[in-house]
Amino acid sequence: MSDQTLLGLEASLRSKGQIPLEIDLHCAPGEILALIGPSGSGKTTFLRSLAGLYNELEGYVRCQGRFWLNSQERICLKPEQRRVGMVFQQYALFPHLNALDNLLLAMTHLPKSDRQFRALAMLERVNLAGLENRLPHQLSGGQRQRVALARALASEPDLLLLDEPFSAVDQVTRFRLRRELARLRKQIDIPILLVTHDLDEAMQLSDRICVLHHGELLQVVSPRELMQRPVSPDVARLLGLQNIFSGRVMEVEQDSLLLDWDGCSIRIAQSASYELGQQVSWIAPPQSILLQRPDRPVQGDSENPVAGTLTELVVMGPHASVRVTPNHAPELPLSFFIPLHYVERQQLHEGMAVSLSLKVHSLHVF
Amino acid sequence: MDWQALKVSLELAFWTSFFLFPIGVFVGRALAVRQLPFRPVIQSLIFLPLVLPPTVLGYYFLVAIAPDALLGSGWFWLTGRPLAFTFEGLLMVSLIANLPFAIQPVQNSFAAIDSDVRDAARVCGLNFWQALWKVELPLAWPGLLSAFLLTFTHTLGEFGVVLMVGGNLEGETRTLSIAIYDEVQALNMTAAGQMSLLLLVLAFVSLLLVQWKTQRFADKGQR
Repeated sequence: MSDQTLLGLEASLRSKGQIPLEIDLHCAPGEILALIGPSGSGKTTFLRSLAGLYNELEGYVRCQGRFWLNSQERICLKPEQRRVGMVFQQYALFPHLNALDNLLLAMTHLPKSDRQFRALAMLERVNLAGLENRLPHQLSGGQRQRVALARALASEPDLLLLDEPFSAVDQVTRFRLRRELARLRKQIDIPILLVTHDLDEAMQLSDRICVLHHGELLQVVSPRELMQRPVSPDVARLLGLQNIFSGRVMEVEQDSLLLDWDGCSIRIAQSASYELGQQVSWIAPPQSILLQRPDRPVQGDSENPVAGTLTELVVMGPHASVRVTPNHAPELPLSFFIPLHYVERQQLHEGMAVSLSLKVHSLHVF
Repeated sequence: MDWQALKVSLELAFWTSFFLFPIGVFVGRALAVRQLPFRPVIQSLIFLPLVLPPTVLGYYFLVAIAPDALLGSGWFWLTGRPLAFTFEGLLMVSLIANLPFAIQPVQNSFAAIDSDVRDAARVCGLNFWQALWKVELPLAWPGLLSAFLLTFTHTLGEFGVVLMVGGNLEGETRTLSIAIYDEVQALNMTAAGQMSLLLLVLAFVSLLLVQWKTQRFADKGQR
């Protein structure tokens, strides 16, 4: 067994209870793994399983080389025996204790003389110096979140669990807290699991993203890879990606496929093997679509040209949401965003004829 | 004023509250927190003394402590004393009669604690007892205080059960509420009035204390 698997977190869990769960994953020290999925996908249950708060499980959890759970050997450590720090969704601060005492209560494993000093240092680390005597209800949402994070780290855990830690604060605070976490993580050399339903948050903060659905792990990849190469149409839909279509394989070459998309030929760079005539699903991710005016010249060849009509143009801040109906199949519109300045410069408007180019190397076949 | 009756009343009220306190904490917490099987049945049993005529409770208790019944003979074997018409017997039935007052407020206050806060205590490294002592009890204490005071006050005012089980033995089972009844029967309204006023003031003050403490706790925004 390599050191890599001995260190960090390794979990292989199956639920025995009502809530479905079937997850195998590894998280290295210092890595942030984001768990995303819709409500009820088992994200929080999985975190609670790791913390020892949900125990109707089979399988094992090993952290920093120590088994916290091993159902075969009937090992199941209590939450207080696992070295885990957890930030709850609503923070779950002890409402009768001030910020400092909230931290001190998580430090019972340290000698008494050290606690005060360390707790104060930890509060300073999360920018809360001077607020140590405030009770939770006297703190703002963002400050409470920082106390919760400081308390989770005060116990010097081997694993940090963050359960939607930014969902209960306003937008401005959320961005600031995200930035603080991104900075803080460099000083923390333990595996970090971040549960979120916010894809942006997962993209900004994590090294890898796990997509969960009905308690099952659908895909574990880097944020970039996830958006470009979702493993299944299900994952793509969970991520909110649009433009998922089906097609029939017409030609198979070494590094590309030619699909028949309801009468329009689409070439997609792909090395995996498909059979002639096979029905497949494919997706045009946002970065694969270029919009052009047919009456204005374009430089170079247009890849996968698709002629159509701009049927919807909605301005949303600095972007415009655009829907283009292809001429060959009006029932299969493509939706995507383009920058507002492009709309203005090209004088785009609803009802005009446009041409799309779908980039061969950015399209993806499932 | 029947001082001996007052002493019996206060002793009965204190020991009832004292013994029911830990029972209230653990049963109340279990009902609030844990997924108990037959929970509706348990809950109904606890509430039963609230709605039953005290005579019914007294009757079944007398049946249970009869010299040939299990509880009565067992107690006699242990202590050499009967339960019927003794202070111990009175205390025992008082414990049963006050279960709803000792459990319900505690149950409510434990139920009001965010389950994440309980979980957070364990994740922070506290074992069950530490979490109970340092997190749950401080948060639930207005409920505990209410339970103690309500039990105390209600026991002071208990009449039917006391008469059924304790009888009316001076210095042993004659409580203030029974003494009041006796004085009224004897048309001694002045004595009855003094004792009634005392019970009224005691009851009002302890209810006031409950309200005041609970209110202050809520005002401090600790919930």
